[in-house]
Amino acid sequence: MAAPAVIELDNLCKTYGDHWAVDHLSLSIQKGEIFGLLGPNGAGKTTTILMMLGLTEPTSGMVRVCGIDPVRNPIDVKRKVGYLPDDVGFYHHMTGLENLLYTAALNGIPRAEAEKRAWELLEKVNLTDAAHKKAGKYSRGMRQRLGLADVLMKRPEVIILDEPTLGIDPEGVRELLRLIRDLSRHEGITVLLSSHQLHHVQQICDRVGLFVGGRLLAEGNMERLAQQLFLQDAYVIHVVASPLDASLRSKIEAIPGVNKVVQTENGLDVYCQTDVSADISKTIIQSGASLFHLSRRNFGLDEIYHRYFEGRDVREGQ
Amino acid sequence: MKASKEGRWANDVFSYVKRWSERLKAGALDEKKRTRGANSAFSAIVKKELADYLTSWRMIILIALILLTCFGSLYTAMTTIRDALDSSEEAKEIAKGAYLFLKLFTVSDGTLPSFLTFVSFLGPLLGISLGFDAINSERNRGTLSRLMAQPIPRDYVINGKFVAALLLNAVLFLSLGLLVTALGILVLGIPPTFEEFARIVCFLLLCLVYIAFWLNLGILFSVVFRQAATSALSSMAVWLFFNLFYSMIVEVFAKSFLQSDAITSVEQAVGRQELVLGLMRLSPSYLFNESTTALLSPDVRTLGIVTVEQTAGAVAAPLPFSQSLLLIWPQATALIAATLVCFAIAYLLFMRQEIRASG
Repeated sequence: MAAPAVIELDNLCKTYGDHWAVDHLSLSIQKGEIFGLLGPNGAGKTTTILMMLGLTEPTSGMVRVCGIDPVRNPIDVKRKVGYLPDDVGFYHHMTGLENLLYTAALNGIPRAEAEKRAWELLEKVNLTDAAHKKAGKYSRGMRQRLGLADVLMKRPEVIILDEPTLGIDPEGVRELLRLIRDLSRHEGITVLLSSHQLHHVQQICDRVGLFVGGRLLAEGNMERLAQQLFLQDAYVIHVVASPLDASLRSKIEAIPGVNKVVQTENGLDVYCQTDVSADISKTIIQSGASLFHLSRRNFGLDEIYHRYFEGRDVREGQ
Repeated sequence: MKASKEGRWANDVFSYVKRWSERLKAGALDEKKRTRGANSAFSAIVKKELADYLTSWRMIILIALILLTCFGSLYTAMTTIRDALDSSEEAKEIAKGAYLFLKLFTVSDGTLPSFLTFVSFLGPLLGISLGFDAINSERNRGTLSRLMAQPIPRDYVINGKFVAALLLNAVLFLSLGLLVTALGILVLGIPPTFEEFARIVCFLLLCLVYIAFWLNLGILFSVVFRQAATSALSSMAVWLFFNLFYSMIVEVFAKSFLQSDAITSVEQAVGRQELVLGLMRLSPSYLFNESTTALLSPDVRTLGIVTVEQTAGAVAAPLPFSQSLLLIWPQATALIAATLVCFAIAYLLFMRQEIRASG
């Protein structure tokens, strides 16, 4: 907790007309963390990122990146923050290396140093062979990796990646995510990445914020996210026992903390507020049935996501 | 006593000056440190844009076209002038006093238009083709948001593009003008007088301003329109409108307006004529034509309406350079103002535009 927050948002709002793109967003990201901003398209992720970089002015609220206010000093922020836009583009007629050197020149890095660093980074992102190839001939995955190298040219303290895994094949995604994790672990770079692809985020993020309709619905690691989102049915316990008759089922339903019991193909799904695995097994044993399988189902992000959106209509109805 | 007092005075002044110069130096160093990074970034943008222009096929073709037509027109002008010169020995003497050198730019034998006509025709085309995709191509390629994420002020992008294009134009037209001058000396054997040279330089500068106007219009459209094709076509439409249709429209209007039966006095006729002229002058190409004509043909004594009474007593001699300059002063000012206004609008729109990765 002692570590200072690198990115801090406080009651950040952005409106376009009467549409709230970002609605009172408060968030703080610690140094060295990988934070995943998760949300469907149009949730306001990109707008939030642009506000962090000072490319869009917030309607109200406060942003601090590395202790600097991007509204007042966007250039100072951009010196420390690398940003990879979702559809990153390069100058087609220039080679990958030339594109990197141009970025270096814009950052005021001397030529010799820039060349050294460019080669280092090209090696890191595995593009040494394509260094002299025109960027227009790069594949999407290569472009994304070149984008990562481009972002790292200025030795940033923070990198912000907008949908970095969009449109890349699975192998490319794995490679990219490994690179991002390495950067965070070995060089202490704070990473903020936005995505709507849950399992990608799940693989590498320390913390995740679920962002829908301009509001942060929940944040934390996977478990906390589940608890925050599904206060009632935080746990699902899968039970296989025999014989599984109605009396046993009603007994399980009677256990305090259990919300609902659903019959599945080969057993029961018990939705409960707290972890009541022990009580369930005890009940089953005491009733004379034999217990074959009892497991707590872990919430993957996918599950969280899916369940959240499944229940959205109901919630909005309330 | 007195000497020592003076010495002390001098000492005081000296130390004061020294202190100040040190402070100034320190301040300058500080300032230098801060702006050095920024300056190098700006020059990097300009360099890159220049390299882009120079290596793009679009520019190579246009520049080749301009060179070809200019030298073609130059050739016809030269043969015309040489024929006139060779006809008699006195012609040479007369030529010296008659600003023959400037005729290189304005004379043609009818087969090819003159240098001036070509420049006023192709210059805008060059300006538009340099500017029409300045911003929207960056946006469409997705490089704008990457550029904006670098620690540079946002206006560097648009300023850098403008400066690079202007630099290219300046180099192209100054060298073209000087080449024509040099060829003229070589072929005709008559060196230009200083006044002629000054007129040529002013003419080239005016060309530069005129092209800068179309360049800025192109940049403005490239900020407004997301598609490069839309912006190119709109710029061309504006160019065609001012080059061809505007004068036609004004003439149609003038026809009924000037021949009206309602005109009863000379003052009224003059007033109406002036109104028509004023309308004409809203077009930048008309302004450019007026001012270049006055610059390159010293015989042009006025650009407005002159009554017979006013010309009575005037000596029919060419105007000196300073008077020609004075004559085109309003036109030149208007052209520069139009250029600046275009750039200012483009600049403001660009600064206020949302930088989105796509769309």
